[in-house]
This record gives sequence, C-alpha cells and structure tokens, in this order.
Amino acid sequence: MDAKQEILARIRRATVDVTEKDPVKDQPVNWTYGLGIEMDDVVGTFEQKVIDYSATVVRSKPAGVPEAVVAGLKATGATDSVVVPAGLEKSWQDAMTAAGFEVRVDEPQLSHETLDQTDAVVTAAASGIADTGTIVLDHTEDQGRRALSLVPDRHVCVVKASQVVSDVPESVQNLRPSVEAGHPLTFISGGSATSDIELSRVDGVHGPRTLYVVLVED
Amino acid sequence: MTTELRRITEGNYGVARLTPAPEHGGTFLGQPKFPKAVKNELKLVVQRKNMRNATTTIRNKRALRVTETPNWEDIRQAAYEVKNRVGRHLDYYLEQAEKSLTANGVHVHWARDAEEANRIVGEIAKAKGVQEVVKIKSITTQETDLNEHLEEQGIAAWETDLAELIVQLGHDRPSHIVVPGIHRNRAEVREIFLREMKNYGRPCPEDITSNPPELANAARLHLREKFLRAKVAVSGANFILADTGSLVIVESEGNGRMCLTLPDTLISLVGIEKVLPSYDDLEIFLKLLPRSATGERMNPYNSVWSGVTPNDGPQEQHVVFMDNGRTNVLADPVGREVLRCIRCASCINVCPVYERAGGHAYGSVYPGPIGITLTPQLRGIDDPVDRGMPYACTLCAACVEVCPVKIPFTDIIVHLRNRVADAERKEFSTDVEVAAEKALMKAAAWVLGDYKHWETTMYATRAAGRVVGKHKIGPLPVPVANRWLDYRNVDHIPSQTFRDWWKANRGEEK
Ligand code: SF4
Repeated sequence: MDAKQEILARIRRATVDVTEKDPVKDQPVNWTYGLGIEMDDVVGTFEQKVIDYSATVVRSKPAGVPEAVVAGLKATGATDSVVVPAGLEKSWQDAMTAAGFEVRVDEPQLSHETLDQTDAVVTAAASGIADTGTIVLDHTEDQGRRALSLVPDRHVCVVKASQVVSDVPESVQNLRPSVEAGHPLTFISGGSATSDIELSRVDGVHGPRTLYVVLVED
Repeated sequence: MTTELRRITEGNYGVARLTPAPEHGGTFLGQPKFPKAVKNELKLVVQRKNMRNATTTIRNKRALRVTETPNWEDIRQAAYEVKNRVGRHLDYYLEQAEKSLTANGVHVHWARDAEEANRIVGEIAKAKGVQEVVKIKSITTQETDLNEHLEEQGIAAWETDLAELIVQLGHDRPSHIVVPGIHRNRAEVREIFLREMKNYGRPCPEDITSNPPELANAARLHLREKFLRAKVAVSGANFILADTGSLVIVESEGNGRMCLTLPDTLISLVGIEKVLPSYDDLEIFLKLLPRSATGERMNPYNSVWSGVTPNDGPQEQHVVFMDNGRTNVLADPVGREVLRCIRCASCINVCPVYERAGGHAYGSVYPGPIGITLTPQLRGIDDPVDRGMPYACTLCAACVEVCPVKIPFTDIIVHLRNRVADAERKEFSTDVEVAAEKALMKAAAWVLGDYKHWETTMYATRAAGRVVGKHKIGPLPVPVANRWLDYRNVDHIPSQTFRDWWKANRGEEK
C-alpha cells in the first residue's frame, strides 16, 4: 500500500465510530458566515486601529491622491526610488516622477536585489478591515506580485474608504472571488513586528518597517 | 557584503557543521523524564524569571482582547464544530484538499511518519541541487527533526523567525510553541548574536546593545542575505483550505512572506489535522488565533496562497501531508479532541506548571497542557518520558477555560493517566493504585520538592480527585494524596483551592 492509501486506511479505521458519512449532517456548524459587526463609524474605526499599530494614516479626497502619495513617500523618508506595480494609477506615477523620484515599474520583473535597493513601494489595496485595522492585498494589477510590497523598507498603501468593512468575515467573503481566481492574499496589520524578545513589541523586522496609509474618501 | 556557506566546528561539539548543533543533537531523546528534567530547569533562576514575565504579559493581553470581542464564545463554538467535522471526516477532506491543491499546480506527497516526511523534503531539496534552505517557523518540522536530517544530507536549514533564530544560534531547543525563545532575555540574545552570527553569515555589529530594536535589526540584516539568495524554502502551515486548495500562514515578522515569495521552490510540511473544510472557515480562525496567540487583534501578516501563481512567488510547490501518529490520536474518541488544536499556546501561557518548569522540562516540542495531552498520544506510552507527561499537571483547568477550540484537557489527562496506569499494571502486575502511585511519586515529586505553593497544589489535586472520582484513577487518588501528605509530614490544607489562589495571584484571567 502506498503512503496515501495507508494513511487513508488508518483514518477510516480510527473513525469507525462515525457512522453518518455526510460531514455536514454529522457535525453541523452553528455559525452565520460573512457577518459584519455593529459600528458607528466604520472608516473612522479603521483609521484609529491602523494608527494603533503605529502606522500613519492620512485622509485624502480622490483628486488629492497623487499629492498625498508623494507626501507619504517623503514622510516615510524615501528620497530617491520607488517601486510600483504595472497597473498602478498613472496619475500617481506621474506625480512621483514630477517630485523627482525614480519610478521603477515592475515590468519586466525587477530583481530581488533591485527591490532590496529601492526606497519604497506604492500600491493600492483590495480591502480594509475596521475591527482589526487590517489591509488586505489580493495582488491584482494595482498591487503587484507579493515581493513588491515586501522587500522595500517603506510601504505607501492607498485604501479607498469604500473598500473598508467592519470585520474580518465580511472581508474574507468579499475576497473569495479573488482566491477562486488564483490570487494570493496578504493581510497586513500594521508594519512588520516581532514580540520575540521578552514579548516586547518591536516594529519592523523583515517586511516594510514603515507603513503609510492614504485613505481615500471616495 | 555577502558571506559564504561554510562548516564550523566552534561550539559544535567538535563536529564541522553547516548550522549550529543543537544541544543533545536537538532531539528530546535520551532526555530524563519530567521530574528529573524539571529539577534541572527549576535551578535556572533567570529562565524562570524570563518565563514568568513573558507569560504574564501575554496572558493579560489575551484576556483584554477576549473581553473586547462580545461573541467570543460563539466563535469558539464554531471553531470547535468545524474542527470536529474535519476530524470525523478527515479522509474526505484530505482527498478534497489533495485534489484542489493538485489542480492549483501543487505536488502533493503523503508521509506515514517523520522519517518518510524528512526523506521527501530532503529529496526535493537535493533534486534542486541546493546547499541551503530557508525556513518559516514550523513546529511540525521540529517534531520530525527536519533540520538535523537536512544537515546530515549536507543541506543547511536556516530558521528565519526571530525566536527560532535565537534558539538555533543558541544551540538550544524551543521552549514554547509560539515564542520558542521565550526563555531567553535580551542580554542573553545579545550574547548569542555576538558569539554566533559571524560563524553562520553576516556578523552582528560589534557595538550592539541589548535593546530589542537593535537586536531585531541585527536579525534583519543577518537574514536578508539568506532570503535574497535562497532557492528553496520550507514551511509548515496554519491551515489548509480543502475547497480552494489554499494554504495559510499566520505570522508577525515578514520572514514567512519572504520565504513564501522569494525562492523558486516551496515545500510545506503539514500535519493531516491542519485541514479546514472551506475557505469560508478562515473568518472564524482569523478571529480566534491572533487574539489567543499573541493577544493582538490581528497579527501583522497573514498569507493565503492557492498553489502556483504565475509570475508571483515559487513556481514549484510541494505539500507533504504527514500522519506521524495523528491517526493513533484520532483512534481514541477521548484523546482525539486534541486534534482540534490550532497551536495558539493559550493553554501553555496560563499553565502554572509550565510557568515554573519551563518548556524544556517536558521532553517534547509541544510543552504545557497541549504537550502532555498530544505527545503521549502521538508517540505512545512506551517511553518513561511520555509516561510521565500526563502527570505534569495539577488539574487546575485554567487551560480548559482559555483554549479557543475547547479542548477538555482535564478529561483527557485523567484518561491518559488511566492508560499509563493500565500499561504499568500489565508490565509490573501490580494493582492499579500502586502503579499510579508509583508513577505519581516519581513523576510528580517535583511539585513537592521545589514548588513554593505545593500545598495549594496538593489541595487542588485532591479536590479535583473527588470531582472525577467516578474514574478508575482520579487525578490523584485521595489515599495516595494522604500518604503523600503523611510522607511530607504536612497537615496544612489551605482554605483556598489552587484555582482560587491562582486567580487571586493572577487576577487578570477572565
Ligand atoms: S490546545 Fe487550545 S489553547 Fe492549547 S495551543 Fe492548542 S488551541 Fe491553543
């Protein structure tokens, strides 16, 4: 018997006491999926919770986003270069170029070393979660492949207020089509951090050490 | 600056190795069983202090997060039900997961035991012609001792989680399942980094202080070179989603994302119990796990990926489904409840025995309540280390209260004590009580020997003994307890139960 057949046989022997073969009938799950939570101000809560992770959040009207992105890059300490996904809004890219940044578009794909030697990355987002202050990327065209928003040390992320939901279940449900289409998801809650030394939180280990969020009031 | 892979003898017991040699060859084999081990651990005053600070902090944070989540009990119940569904129909969900993963371009392998799992991982790495792999924190690979297997094959396995790095560079073993370096304080970490980093890659700055941000930065620099050149990564997984064929990694530092994104090949070794029926179930576990594990509303990073994504991340992916004793656990209708575990360590953080003994005393990569209930079932109870394990407990039941998937530890511990007593009776043909006493005297003498509050422990144990009196052997049969008390020449029974004492002294628990 090969390993698979043997393990399956062991499982079947171990669960002979389970007579109902339909998993759903055998063990119902009393949970309503995809529910939000009551919240007076979803976007305001999101903003506050993101700030709680010691990230920066600035609000912007849609027309002001290009300037807000440039201001964000400068605020994080980026001076020279910025990586952008190929599908990032053109007007944002133009504003960065106009402000003197060398904009490195990930097409063709940039090497790991180039990513490592670039000051910052600018991406859009797929979802925001108020209860946990989480941003979710589904790595479609305006967010780029996963390495882009990981290797550079500063991340300026543009989240639309209309993308923000109250809680994790709503966001997970909304993102199901992305997952079914084969896209990976990255949930980002504050910047990279560790609590591995005496459980004291240190911000910034391997992922971008500075997270700057432009929240668009669309 | 780049450094070369080389063999180092210094600190490695005279053997030229690619990676730091763990103490005792990294395994827990040949380790003294709990009472003896714990005596050694109790002597380590600094370690106990580190431990107490750390577990207190994490307990308080968790309790706070739970109080701010009004439907906490509903979430726990849902998780309990989802995990039960998986366990009872594991064959169905594993086959579904295999099908979905395969459709997503993943090579699925099955491993009956640790040896087979290690062999599969080693062969893939060798086929890629690499001399090193980067690793995401994985208790499953510690269970199989994968790093040592790879070292034997001439492949260096680099731990990239900060705590795991501290453990690896410290020639040490993990002492906690979420924060494996919990027993080390900042000064010790600094010393380890200064002494060892230079041997295994980019050195630590000579003028480093013991300030945690500086230490974290040293780790960032040391590991970045390894991430950027790595061709193969090895991970575990927190969850496998059967319907979408996705894997999920929950982490803090971004080392996981580095490993999942930069190398060309990714090998994920996962226990067969890690499967969840559906992507939809993720919402339940993403609400439970971070709050339980680190007391955060959400941990910094979660990655969900569904096999190979063209032009993004590793283009060759392998998933190894490993049994290694899990089906034995499943076969015991009482014991199988531990398979719900999502490795959050809440039970460990509230355990009074763990706090005093430390994670190394248990003789397993899984310490604390989950360790003493899971390990003897995974490994069997032939070995004295495993036989002693169910006795490393006062039955205070603090763990039962916090476990996010509602594992009834005390029931399982009593059940396992019965199994041990039965085994001892068969072997020594003594009566059950004598066998139990024998085990207890040997296995739990540390409580009396070194434990300041042993009286309260005694009392709690007796009280619990009455509650579960219908079982063949209670936690500690009262006659034995009396003899124990006589033996110790103590008659003081405190008016508080251990639980009350624990609560009064650790008042932050909900
Ligand atoms: S047994 Fe429960 S509390 Fe302990 S680690 Fe597992 S899930 Fe967490």
